[in-house]
Amino acid sequence: MSSRPLPSLHDETVDVAIIGAGPTGLFAVFELGLLGLNAVVIDTLDKPGGQCAELYPEKPIYDIPSWPVITGQELTDKLLEQIKPFKPAFRLGCQVTHLGQRPDGRFTVQTSQGDVIDAAAVFIAAGAGSFTPRKPKLEGLAAFENTSLFYAVRNRAEFAGRDVVIFGGGDSALDWTNTLVESARSLTLVHRSERFRATPASVERMRALEAAGRLRFVQGDLAGLDGVGGVLEAVRVKTSGGIETLAADRLLAFFGLNIELGPIADWGLDLADGKQIKVDTERFQTSTPGIFAVGDINWYPGKLKLILSGFHEVALASHGAFKIARPDEKLRFQYTTSSTELQKRLQVDAPVDAPVDALAPANTIAA
Amino acid sequence: MAELIVIDRTGARRSLDTAEGWRVMELLRDQGVGVEGLCGGACDCATCHVLVAADWAGKLPPARADELTKLDELPDLAPNSRLSCQIIWSDALDGLELTLAEA
Repeated sequence: MSSRPLPSLHDETVDVAIIGAGPTGLFAVFELGLLGLNAVVIDTLDKPGGQCAELYPEKPIYDIPSWPVITGQELTDKLLEQIKPFKPAFRLGCQVTHLGQRPDGRFTVQTSQGDVIDAAAVFIAAGAGSFTPRKPKLEGLAAFENTSLFYAVRNRAEFAGRDVVIFGGGDSALDWTNTLVESARSLTLVHRSERFRATPASVERMRALEAAGRLRFVQGDLAGLDGVGGVLEAVRVKTSGGIETLAADRLLAFFGLNIELGPIADWGLDLADGKQIKVDTERFQTSTPGIFAVGDINWYPGKLKLILSGFHEVALASHGAFKIARPDEKLRFQYTTSSTELQKRLQVDAPVDAPVDALAPANTIAA
Repeated sequence: MAELIVIDRTGARRSLDTAEGWRVMELLRDQGVGVEGLCGGACDCATCHVLVAADWAGKLPPARADELTKLDELPDLAPNSRLSCQIIWSDALDGLELTLAEA
């Protein structure tokens, strides 16, 4: 079985494109890697971990086998450590906008950042779909989006020397408040209450900056935006004392995230209930051969949305992908405890009492 | 059986089955009214955001700190907003009426 060089970030040809960097997608890198298949992992979030990292990084999980308790972030970190030998390429902060199959059977995966990835097989490990920013229902908002109004920071320089207003009370809002204050011309944090979801240390830091006169905190609700042609001039905030108008040319809004199935719905795959992808339970393959669906996004009789189910599913799906990516090779089923080939892929030293490879020349056998 | 009334996002009014000790989010999720309950009740995603009928507002156990801080993040917070994962069903809530917030 040959193992091809692993992809760097700029490679566009891989064995498997994994859509979704949650625990299932990350563990897929491992199972594929053991079989000598390389992968690129794509996610709309700007960090790996999916829901575990985005929704409940600090919350304990009690049903991961062999981990009596582990937090969402710890699980993510452990998985990243485990897949490190396989050097997966990540494309984060972008959505898969198009998935097509070429006449030769390979797949073309296009992302919102303009990447075009050529893959032998595709794993959809997208959980409940894509996280999208929750937006205030305010007339005329769209005109300011991506010019003056942002829901994430892609480029810090965008905020340097600007009058920045940040809405929100969670970690994103507080972290960016404490960071962008260094380069902004002025910074005002607006939140509905004095209660913050962000970690206490971030809140303390913000309060210290406020006390030092480096930033303002205003308690209130977003009431409106003023500006012409997408160029923001002021943000109106409804406070207990009435409407306050803050001069601003950049607005960052952190109102949490919504989840939606997104473009997946348009890929012609058989769905259950309109939002889960039907798969077989032999390989977790969808109605399109070569496209597999694993983890919370899939459906089959008896499906349970558990992280441990996703782990099981990717092991079988990886064997399915092998047959597609290496049609002329025989899959040798091996265990990591005893296979020197797998240990080499894992970049670990073989244990001293490992059996000698049957194919090794006889004279290498220790006396 | 005690009854939970929900007004879904199409405006339709439905009566749902209930079970003592269940999270209201779980009742909504499992009866297909369009509540995702993404984080499973950890008070982290707000996909189970509901508006409580006026005559019920004072009768529910009050929201705890983690629910309040999550609610404060929502752009469309209303005075009667609750996260249904933080309301535990008991038959004392018979007739409770909730409206699903916009997704």
